[in-house]
Amino acid sequence: MKVKMLSRNPDNYVRETKLDLQRVPRNYDPALHPFEVPREYVRALNATKLERVFAKPFLASLDGHRDGVNCLAKHPENLATVLSGACDGEVRIWNLTQRNCIRTIQAHEGFVRGICTRFCGTSFFTVGDDKTVKQWKMDGPGYGDEEEPLHTILGKTVYTGIDHHWKEAVFATCGQQVDIWDEQRTNPICSMTWGFDSISSVKFNPIETFLLGSCASDRNIVLYDMRQATPLKKVILDMRTNTICWNPMEAFIFTAANEDYNLYTFDMRALDTPVMVHMDHVSAVLDVDYSPTGKEFVSASFDKSIRIFPVDKSRSREVYHTKRMQHVICVKWTSDSKYIMCGSDEMNIRLWKANASEKLGVLTSREKAAKDYNQKLKEKFQHYPHIKRIARHRHLPKSIYSQIQEQRIMKEARRRKEVNRIKHSKPGSVPIVSEKKKHVVAVVK
Amino acid sequence: MTANRLAESLLALSQQEELADLPKDYLLSESEDEGDNDGERKHQKLLEAISSLDGKNRRKLAERSEASLKVSEFSVSSEGSGEKLVLADLLEPVKTSSSLATVKKQLSRVKSKKTVELPLNKEEIERIHREVAFNKTAQVLSKWDPVVLKNRQAEQLVFPLEKEEPAIAPIEHVLSGWKARTPLEQEIFNLLHKNKQPVTDPLLTPVEKASLRAMSLEEAKMRRAELQRARALQSYYEAKARREKKIKSKKYHKVVKKGKAKKALKEFEQLQKVNPTVALEEMEKIENARMMERMSLKHQNSGKWAKSKAIMAKYDLEARQAMQEQLSKNKELTQKLQVASESEEEEGGTEDVEELLVPDVVNEVQMNADGPNPWMLRSCTSDTKEAATQEDPEQLPELAAHEVSASGAEERPVAEEEILLREFEERQSLRKRSELNQDAEPASSQETKDSSSQEVLSELRALSQKLKEKHQSRKQKASSEGTVPQVQREEPAPEEEEPLLLQRPERVQTLEELEELGKEDCFQNKELPRPLLEGQQSERTPNNRPDAPKEKKEKEQLINLQNFLTTQSPSVRSLAVPTIIEELEDEEERNHRQMIKEAFAGDDVIRDFLKEKREAVEASKPKDVDLTLPGWGEWGGVGLKPSAKKRRQFLIKAPEGPPRKDKNLPNVIINEKRNIHAAAHQVQVLPFPFTHHWQFERTIQTPIGSTWNTQRAFQKLTTPKVVTKPGHIIKPIKAEDVGYQSSSRSDLPVIQRNPKRITTRHNKEEKL
Repeated sequence: MKVKMLSRNPDNYVRETKLDLQRVPRNYDPALHPFEVPREYVRALNATKLERVFAKPFLASLDGHRDGVNCLAKHPENLATVLSGACDGEVRIWNLTQRNCIRTIQAHEGFVRGICTRFCGTSFFTVGDDKTVKQWKMDGPGYGDEEEPLHTILGKTVYTGIDHHWKEAVFATCGQQVDIWDEQRTNPICSMTWGFDSISSVKFNPIETFLLGSCASDRNIVLYDMRQATPLKKVILDMRTNTICWNPMEAFIFTAANEDYNLYTFDMRALDTPVMVHMDHVSAVLDVDYSPTGKEFVSASFDKSIRIFPVDKSRSREVYHTKRMQHVICVKWTSDSKYIMCGSDEMNIRLWKANASEKLGVLTSREKAAKDYNQKLKEKFQHYPHIKRIARHRHLPKSIYSQIQEQRIMKEARRRKEVNRIKHSKPGSVPIVSEKKKHVVAVVK
Repeated sequence: MTANRLAESLLALSQQEELADLPKDYLLSESEDEGDNDGERKHQKLLEAISSLDGKNRRKLAERSEASLKVSEFSVSSEGSGEKLVLADLLEPVKTSSSLATVKKQLSRVKSKKTVELPLNKEEIERIHREVAFNKTAQVLSKWDPVVLKNRQAEQLVFPLEKEEPAIAPIEHVLSGWKARTPLEQEIFNLLHKNKQPVTDPLLTPVEKASLRAMSLEEAKMRRAELQRARALQSYYEAKARREKKIKSKKYHKVVKKGKAKKALKEFEQLQKVNPTVALEEMEKIENARMMERMSLKHQNSGKWAKSKAIMAKYDLEARQAMQEQLSKNKELTQKLQVASESEEEEGGTEDVEELLVPDVVNEVQMNADGPNPWMLRSCTSDTKEAATQEDPEQLPELAAHEVSASGAEERPVAEEEILLREFEERQSLRKRSELNQDAEPASSQETKDSSSQEVLSELRALSQKLKEKHQSRKQKASSEGTVPQVQREEPAPEEEEPLLLQRPERVQTLEELEELGKEDCFQNKELPRPLLEGQQSERTPNNRPDAPKEKKEKEQLINLQNFLTTQSPSVRSLAVPTIIEELEDEEERNHRQMIKEAFAGDDVIRDFLKEKREAVEASKPKDVDLTLPGWGEWGGVGLKPSAKKRRQFLIKAPEGPPRKDKNLPNVIINEKRNIHAAAHQVQVLPFPFTHHWQFERTIQTPIGSTWNTQRAFQKLTTPKVVTKPGHIIKPIKAEDVGYQSSSRSDLPVIQRNPKRITTRHNKEEKL
């Protein structure tokens, strides 16, 4: 006898374990879920608002230096360790998880101009105003031992910057010329000059490691090839470049932090036109560092703020500032691409989140899914005026805000003048120069 | 241009280098004979000094007093001879000596060449070096182009880029470092070692290995022979199959097929006896085949062959038979097989059918009787409230079951109606099936005689027979419905009724129901002679039929009159006669409309809407501008109106605006004004990457949420562009990561790597 009854297969509704989620049978018939666009729009709006609500990027301030922090370095193997050099010649090593200083070294007399770690993380190098290059062990001395450098090299001139090779026991210093040193020797294995000027920073290319970039005070950026021991090319900009940083994912891209408030991203094979001009700062940009993903970089400026730029956007996506933070001299993006550190004039190192509203710690899978969904929604509806307005809203200190306004007016006036000049002169006699080309004075071969 | 220059300068360089080796020997040879005529030279010098006194600015050539290796090739002095040095002069002494043949040759080669250009200055040379180096570097860097492009366009990038593969240590390694500590572990290890069990990877004991290795020659030979035989057999079999496949005779294939079928059937029967579960599976397979057949049109007499046969069938007996066969085959294949339970033997078939035909009512009512079903109870009570004519609301169904009343206007529980509904549906489906079968009836009847051996199929046949009967009886009913007068008939015979009562302890109230029961009974009592059965049916069926609907109607009306606004009872739908249902539905609809009308008596929506639209149209029309100034050019004052002419003159008629979009849409108002409040939520200009507004709209209209997408699609749609692992260091991209070979050369400067050049370089630098 067949009995017809309503029955369900228990496989469809019984959980295998108690920890499983309840299975929710869904009907995806679009007729049952109307108004998808308005609903998603509202969700996107809410997500954007919440992002602004939760945007609390400031994590910690590491204090202990007794003078302005002049340089920062990341430990290549350890995420929690950071090194900093101050203007009084003091080098400190910090632990980020505990947020305290674990070691203090009086390394130089006068400024610590540059600091860099060896690629293996066992030692680090400092250069200072006392014309010395010193190599230090990463681990502190034993109890009772004196703090002494492994090696000290006495130079003839002041070194203003140092960078270590990414693979080999070679480092480069800059001052009046770019010197390349073997770690084992006291003389440089080669020095490269091009004209006479003081070079403010030198950086090894992290991918094609034989390439170097430097920027000098006569407004130029010079590229060197270490293998052939020769400079390659030089680009002269409107104003002095303070430092450059190579993109860690794209071998030929680097970004220069300039005194004219802008940053310039160059393709080193075509120096006559920057790939992108990044402008938002209202004072000289002092330092720049790429995120390890190569998608964004952070810049520190004299205007007491740091900004985060996407590589392919000319405007910043984020600006960080606090009342107490003075001129930011150095900035670093941590190797896990989650945090940003900046050292500033008022002796503090600050730790920020790279994504202001990101939740720290382990996320559950549902949290992760919600985060991804919200991110996609924000992306999808980013062009909607209401959402755009909320997403772009940032509070700025009054000084920066008024500076921005002022510069906007100046820029508009300049533009207007140019337009007028073009309008009132013989067609073709006044060339129209794009914003990108405007700032490049010349490329010297 | 620059390239040209570059080429030129390079050429010059090379020439310079080519010559570099030459002067050394040349000069050496020259210095030899220079020592002899020293006095002559002094004399010449004196002459020169004197001649320089005359005020002419004579170029003073550098004097070379002694031979040295450091000789510049550009200041070869030609002093002494008093005239310009010519190559031929130098060659003169050489001519005589045969040992200097090589030098001669070289010199003669030089003679053919033109004078070398001056080498470039240092800046130029450096510039060239730089350019060459830059080009080389750019070339090296361009290998990264595809990687960079790929990464920029990637849907998702997961950092760190290098995949850390979990190091899986082989078990031997793990074991070597591990020692048995606890007594249990030690015991186990002891056991293993005692038996020489392999602890690690090779799973064979040494003994097994040894035995494996030792396979005697005879064994090997035997094995080979065996394999050979198997191979031969296989090839024979294959050849045979191929041959058989090639046979074209239809008859042969038919015979083979039939034989196969018979065999299969026999096997199936065997199986049924021996292994019922496997048989069931087989049955399922047959069922599947049936389904396939039902889906296909293979034996439906619709093919080409069948059509041709259909034409022939009129005249040709054989063709007719063939068609019949075809149809019968179809029927046979589409017949549903019933699983016969093992306990039933001969009667199994009929009982099975009976069970099939006993409607679900039985079960449900039994359930009802067993325990109070809240659903049933509720429906009962609700009905009791509803029905005004109900006799005794307290009466429980069980009690009422015995009271089999013939009166039509009676309450019936909703549950019963539902049951009826189901019954009706069931019956309908059955009818359909029987109709299908009817077409193929003759063939099937023939076959039943033929294949009486097939027990399983016979059951089915019986069922179809019954269905047919039923169908016929129904037909009869339908025909007699109109003519037969309304006669109140007694209930079916008690011997039929009693089992019914036993089966369902429930009221059987309407006549139709009773009639149905009777029908079922007639199926139950299959043993009864057929004519009798039919007679019974024909007697019983017509009389009950016509009055039933009437009664229903009455009841319906009563309900409607009394509670106007209550919801309809589902009984209306459950009735068997479609025409009457329609009537009822009409009535219902009317009622419904009436109801709505009464509920919304106050508001006339349509008129309101029209009025609103008219207002909107008026408001949107451009207004005329009246510029008349009363009193201007004529008398003005209270009560005086400007003249019509003047008014006409100064009235500016507004131009007719564009036609409204809703002009031809009577039921729509389209507001053509821009909504300011909505504007904040609308995109004004097309965003950058899009080239058409429809592209943008389409991206917006595709929802990405899990409300509209399956889980998988949702995950795919919301994948983040960059994924980083917390706490992992992201190293810069490496050539190995993307499949390039990393340059094995050291990055150290060239001068560092070959010290020979370093010296020259340093010297140069010192000099400069």
